[in-house]
Amino acid sequence: MNIVAADPKGVDAGPHFMDGDHAIAEGALAAGCRFFAGYPITPSTETAERFAERAPEVGALFIQMEDEIASIAALIGGAWGGQKVMTVTSGPGFSLMLENIGLAVMTETPMVIANVQRGGPSTGLPTLTAQQDMMQVRFGSHGDYNIIALSPDSPQECFDLTIEAFNLSEIYRVPVFIMTDETVGHMHEKVVVPPASEIKVVERNLFKGPKEDFRPYGFDSQGGHPMTRAGDGYRFHITGLTHNERGYPVMTPEQNKIVLTHLIEKINGNADKIIRVEEDELEGAEVVVMSYGITSRIAVRAVQEARKKGIKVGSLRLITVWPFCEQKIRDLSSKVKAIVMPEINYGQIVREVERCAAGRCKVVSVNHCGGAVHDPMVILKAIEEACQ
Amino acid sequence: MSTTEIRFSGFGGQGIIRCALITGEALALHDDKFATMTQSFGPEARGSACAAQLVVSDDRVLYPYITSPSVLMALSQEAYEKYYVELCDKGILIVDEDLVKLRGEHPNLVVWRVPATRFAEGLGNRLFTNLVALGFFTAVTGVVTADAMKKAIPGWVPSRFLKINIKAFEKGYDHGVQCMSGKSAS
Repeated sequence: MNIVAADPKGVDAGPHFMDGDHAIAEGALAAGCRFFAGYPITPSTETAERFAERAPEVGALFIQMEDEIASIAALIGGAWGGQKVMTVTSGPGFSLMLENIGLAVMTETPMVIANVQRGGPSTGLPTLTAQQDMMQVRFGSHGDYNIIALSPDSPQECFDLTIEAFNLSEIYRVPVFIMTDETVGHMHEKVVVPPASEIKVVERNLFKGPKEDFRPYGFDSQGGHPMTRAGDGYRFHITGLTHNERGYPVMTPEQNKIVLTHLIEKINGNADKIIRVEEDELEGAEVVVMSYGITSRIAVRAVQEARKKGIKVGSLRLITVWPFCEQKIRDLSSKVKAIVMPEINYGQIVREVERCAAGRCKVVSVNHCGGAVHDPMVILKAIEEACQ
Repeated sequence: MSTTEIRFSGFGGQGIIRCALITGEALALHDDKFATMTQSFGPEARGSACAAQLVVSDDRVLYPYITSPSVLMALSQEAYEKYYVELCDKGILIVDEDLVKLRGEHPNLVVWRVPATRFAEGLGNRLFTNLVALGFFTAVTGVVTADAMKKAIPGWVPSRFLKINIKAFEKGYDHGVQCMSGKSAS
């Protein structure tokens, strides 16, 4: 893995008062993304606008595609043309992207996709917040596969995690998702963009050996198999069909086992390296409030109130939502009375918590149908009930 | 930790959201505070009632919404009537005196009236109303420094209108200072 300092051309260093959507665009440019293909949709459009505005001065290319299906197709082409690529969308657009996200997973094409979530299903609540696509991002495309999804809780983290998303997508050759929401997307806060020399960027691993030795794939359950750029003279073939290391179709159960195991295990096997969580007072906690994205900032108020009442509450914030921190929950569930999980959906990631807790502690879902954030007092009530 | 919650309100097109952006940037970038700004985003931001909220603190703002605002700027009757009730005790209410008719004396609030729209028209265009109001807000609340505001304004107004916007800000600010030193809040 070749780690270099960011290209200063893409780095607008200094402090800014910026919303999360714009911070995603700045993070992408800082990470070296030079190709954006997308289709506007509320509440994500500001990212596209910012990227489009900055593209000429940075030397990047922005294309507004005819729809979201084409957007991912263009990203796959852009990535195999040698660029770091991204797009941004929200619920309905994300649904359209899923078919080609599967193609990107199968062809192990690095890309970053931000989903600024809004209330659904269907067109639902275009301007209002939600966290309802958390399962869709993991399982929405057909077939078995694995991806990485990060969930920022502030504009600053939108910037930081977008850079991390690009780096992870290069290391594991996998689509990486920024699962944010309308609230964080449109919330303005101070965002500090560090100087280019302080931003670490993972470069594309390009094959440099003799032409006859190039293989676009290596099924070793690790990431990082070298790629090539279309036009550099290396022969390659990419397809959505089950393929061999040269990329040619081999449609047998045996080969599918090889490919699928690789696609899943390159993430699962490296989960410890990928997963990031933020812990607060887990030691000795009776109840743990688990959350991600904007909900973690709402939950804080409930946690503070509960502590004032003398309840021993810890909190666990998922920065990486997928892969899921299974071991952490297994350990935690044998030490605490209950895990309380507020989410702005009808109970999605809480299913993972229940699976990993496997009955060792109570798991309480504090769901919300979207369009707003939780009332912290509702979370507080759930904490109080859980510790009884 | 001291936290101040502010709501700017009016109708879409008055530059309400810009008021919060300028104040937020002034606080977060130039006054060494933490500031989190949230705003109306739906159809309401484009014509009818419109509001933007700012939470200001000495430490990182965790909960991003306002629950008990201590400052309300209301540049329309609708915004005033909708929001004044949630102001905390001794909260500061700033209204455009030509656009808002108060429903009584509000003895538990500190009420300031500013002819922001009229001043802006005097400067040539009512588009500058928000900057006049913002200057007045800066003077009477003391939440943010005028220096910080003047550093923040250039990033949020078209450069060809910068001078006149600064002038509008100063007009409101001077009027606020005058009101402060003359009679107290009405």
